[in-house]
Amino acid sequence: MSASSTTILSLPDQSTATVPKKNYITAEHGLLSWLLTGDHKRIAMLYLISITFFFFIGGAFAGLIRLELLTPQPDLVASDTYNKFFTMHGVIMVFLFLVPSVPATIGNFLIPIMVGARDLAFPKINLLSWYLYVVGGTLVLATMVLGGVDTGWTFTTPLSTHYLNTHVITTALAVFVAGFSSIFTGLNFIVTIHRMRCPGMTWFRLPLFVWAHYAASILMVLGTPVLAIAIVLVALERLIGIGVFDPTKGGDPLLFQHLFWFYSHPAVYIMILPGMGVISEVISTFSRKRVFGYTAVAFSSVAIALFGFFVWAHHMFIMGVSNYSALVFSLLTMLVAVPSAIKIFNWSFTLQKGSITFETPMLYAFGFMGLFTIGGLTGVFLGSLGMDIHLTETYFIVAHFHFVMVGGMLMAFLSGVHFWWPKMTGRMYPEAISKLAAVVTFIGFNLTFLPQFILGYLGMPRRYHSYPPEFQVLNVLSTAGATVLGVGYMLPILYLAWSLKYGAVAGNNPWQATGLEWQIQSPPLTENFTEIPIMDHEAYDYEWLEHKTAHEVTTVG
Amino acid sequence: MDSAIATTQEHEAGEHEHVFVPQHRHHFETEEQQREAGSFGMWLFLLTEIMFFGGMFFAYLLYRNWYYDAFVAASNQLNVKLGAANTAILITSGFFMALGVWAAEVRKKKLLVIYLILTTIFGFAFLGIKYFEYKEKYELHHIPGASFDVSQFENPAAYGLKEQPLAPDMAQKTQIFFFLYFAMTGMHALHMIIGLGLLFWLLARAQRGEFTAGYVAPIENFGLYWHFVDIVWIFLFPLLYLINRHPLK
Repeated sequence: MSASSTTILSLPDQSTATVPKKNYITAEHGLLSWLLTGDHKRIAMLYLISITFFFFIGGAFAGLIRLELLTPQPDLVASDTYNKFFTMHGVIMVFLFLVPSVPATIGNFLIPIMVGARDLAFPKINLLSWYLYVVGGTLVLATMVLGGVDTGWTFTTPLSTHYLNTHVITTALAVFVAGFSSIFTGLNFIVTIHRMRCPGMTWFRLPLFVWAHYAASILMVLGTPVLAIAIVLVALERLIGIGVFDPTKGGDPLLFQHLFWFYSHPAVYIMILPGMGVISEVISTFSRKRVFGYTAVAFSSVAIALFGFFVWAHHMFIMGVSNYSALVFSLLTMLVAVPSAIKIFNWSFTLQKGSITFETPMLYAFGFMGLFTIGGLTGVFLGSLGMDIHLTETYFIVAHFHFVMVGGMLMAFLSGVHFWWPKMTGRMYPEAISKLAAVVTFIGFNLTFLPQFILGYLGMPRRYHSYPPEFQVLNVLSTAGATVLGVGYMLPILYLAWSLKYGAVAGNNPWQATGLEWQIQSPPLTENFTEIPIMDHEAYDYEWLEHKTAHEVTTVG
Repeated sequence: MDSAIATTQEHEAGEHEHVFVPQHRHHFETEEQQREAGSFGMWLFLLTEIMFFGGMFFAYLLYRNWYYDAFVAASNQLNVKLGAANTAILITSGFFMALGVWAAEVRKKKLLVIYLILTTIFGFAFLGIKYFEYKEKYELHHIPGASFDVSQFENPAAYGLKEQPLAPDMAQKTQIFFFLYFAMTGMHALHMIIGLGLLFWLLARAQRGEFTAGYVAPIENFGLYWHFVDIVWIFLFPLLYLINRHPLK
C-alpha cells in the first residue's frame, strides 16, 4: 500500500457541493454561545479573530518603526517613544501572535479531528486558555494606553528592574497570564494526542501536523513555567527590591538571562514547529505524495524540541558566560540545524517527481521553505562564537529572526489558514487574488529583510532610532519593502472576509487530501464525527483515497 | 472493511446498554478514557509546577554555592523545630488525603468526608505554624527589603549566638537567602491556600455523595496535587533548614 513511489491525481468534488445546514457554526446562535463554548473549533475561531487583531496592532508598530528609520535623523518620534514602539512590537508579536498563532487556531481546530476525537480532552480548560489570552492581551493594551514600556521584549535586567520608569509590571503580568494560556493549550494537546486517538490511529499514522504540535506542546509545558517564575522575580525585584537580579545586593543579572532564555529560546521552536507541521501537510497534498521520510520528519520535530532546550546560552555569548559553556552551547546550537535540515530535505524529496500544483497554500509553503532555510542558516552564523561577536545586537540578528519568524512562521500560518479555510468556513478563498497576495508577501518580505542582513553586517546596531547617513539607501529599501509587506497582509484579511459570504462552496475535500479532517463535512459538525472513525491506513495514503472515492456514491439533496 | 473510515458502531453494538456515570463527558468514548485523560492532564500540570519551582531551586543552588557562608549563617536562624513539626503535619495531611482517595474508591461517603476534613485541618495547622515562623522573621528584621537588618550576622555574639561573624559584604548576602526562603516557602504556602480552597469545594461535593458513586477522578487528581505540594515541602525543608546544620569545615 505504499504510495510513495507513485503520484495520484483525482478531481475535486466541488461542482455538486453545498454547505451543510447543520455544522458547528450554525449549531448554536448568539454571542454567549461563542463566549461560553466548549467546542474546540469555535475556540479556534475566537483565537483566530483575537490573534489577527493583535497581529495588526503589532504590525502597526512595525510600520511606525520602519517609518522612523526612513531617514537617518531621529525626526518622527523621540528616542524613548521609539524604544516603546519596538518593545510593544516585540511583546505583541511574540507573546500574543507567534506563540499562539498556529497551535491555538489551526491546531485547536484540527488536532482533535486529526486524531479522530470529538473534542480536545479538556474543553473548559481550552476555553479558559482563550480567556487568559484575552486578559493578557488586555493588559498589554492597558500598558500601551497608560504610556507603554521600553524594556524590549526581553525584559533585560537590570534595565527592566532598576533603570526604567515605565509599565514593566503590567507588561510582566500580561506575559505571565498569556504564558499560562499557552501552557494550558500545550497540556490539552499532549493529553489529547496521548489518550484520545481513535481506534487504529497509531503514533506512526498520525499526520505530521500532530507530531509537530506534540513536540511544540512539550516545549510549552516545560518551558513556559520557567518564564513565569523569571517574570515574577522581575516584578518582585521592581516592587520590593528582592535583590536576586541586583548586583549591588549580590544578585546576578545573568541568572535572569538564563531563566528567561531557558524559555525564550525553546519558544522560538514553539513558534516554528507548528508551522513546520502545516508545511508537511501542504507539501504532501499539493504534490500528491506521501511525505518522504515520514518517520524522520516526525522524529526531527521531537529532536528539535529536545535540542531546543539545550541551546539557550547562545543568547549570552557576549554577556560573560564561561568560554567552555559558550563552546558547548555553540556546538549544541549547530546541532539544531540537523533536524531542521532533515525537514527541509525531506520536503524537497517529497516534491521530487510529485504532481505539483501551485495553489495558494503551496505558494506560501514554497516561501516558507526558501526563507526558513535562509533564516536557519544565518542562525548557524550566529551560533558560531567568532561570528556572533561581530553580528550580535546588529540588524543581522533582526533579519535572522524575522526570516525564521515572519518568513518562516507567518508564511506557514498563512499557508495553513488558506489550506484549511475551506474546512473551517465551508467556503473557498478567491484563488487569483490570494496567489497575488502570496507573491506580494514574498517580494515585500525579501525587500524588507534582505537589506537588514547587509546593514547588520556593516555594523548597524538594532534598537537605535538614528543611524549614519551611509546606511540610508538600505533602510529606505527596507521601509519600502515593509510597505509592500503591509499590502500583502492586508489583502488576505479583506478577501478572506469577503469569501465568508461570496466564496465558492468548498465541499468536503476540495484538495483531495488524505487527512481525516477532509473526510468529514465542511464546516464540521459540533462533535466532528457522527461515529468515531477507525483508522486502517497510513497517513498521506493517496492510493487509499483513490480507492475510497472510486467506490463512493455521492448523494445530492 | 471496504470504506476505510469505518465506525465503531459495529464493534460496540453489544455494549450500548452500558450506563455512564452522570459526570461522563460526551466527548470521551469511555469512562476509562476520561479518567486516564484527567489524571494524565494532572500529571502534566504537576510537571509544569516542577518547572515553575525549578527556577527558584536553580537560583537557590547558584547563590548557595556563591555565598556559602551567608547561607549557612542565615539558615541557622530558621526554626528547625517548627519546620520539623510542619513536615510531620504536612505528611499527616497527605496521609489523610490518601485515605480519602481510598474511601472514595470503596464508596464510603462518611469516611471520605471525615478524611477530607482531617486533611483540611492539618493543612490549616501547617499554615498556622508558618505564620508564627514568618512573624519571628519579621521581628528579627529578616524580611528582605528596606528594614532588613544584618547586624545579627555581623556581630552574632551581641545576640548571644555561637556563630562565626560574617564580613559585612557577605552578611549582606543573607538577604538573598531570606528572599529565596520567603519566595519558595511563600509560593509553597500559596499552593497550600489554593489547595485548601479546593478542599472546601470538594468537601461540599463529597457531602452530596458525588464521589462515592463510581466517579472519583476529582478526588484522585486533587490528591495528586496535594501530594505534590507535600513533596515540594519535602525538598524545601532539608534545603532551607537542615542542609547547613553541620557545615563542612
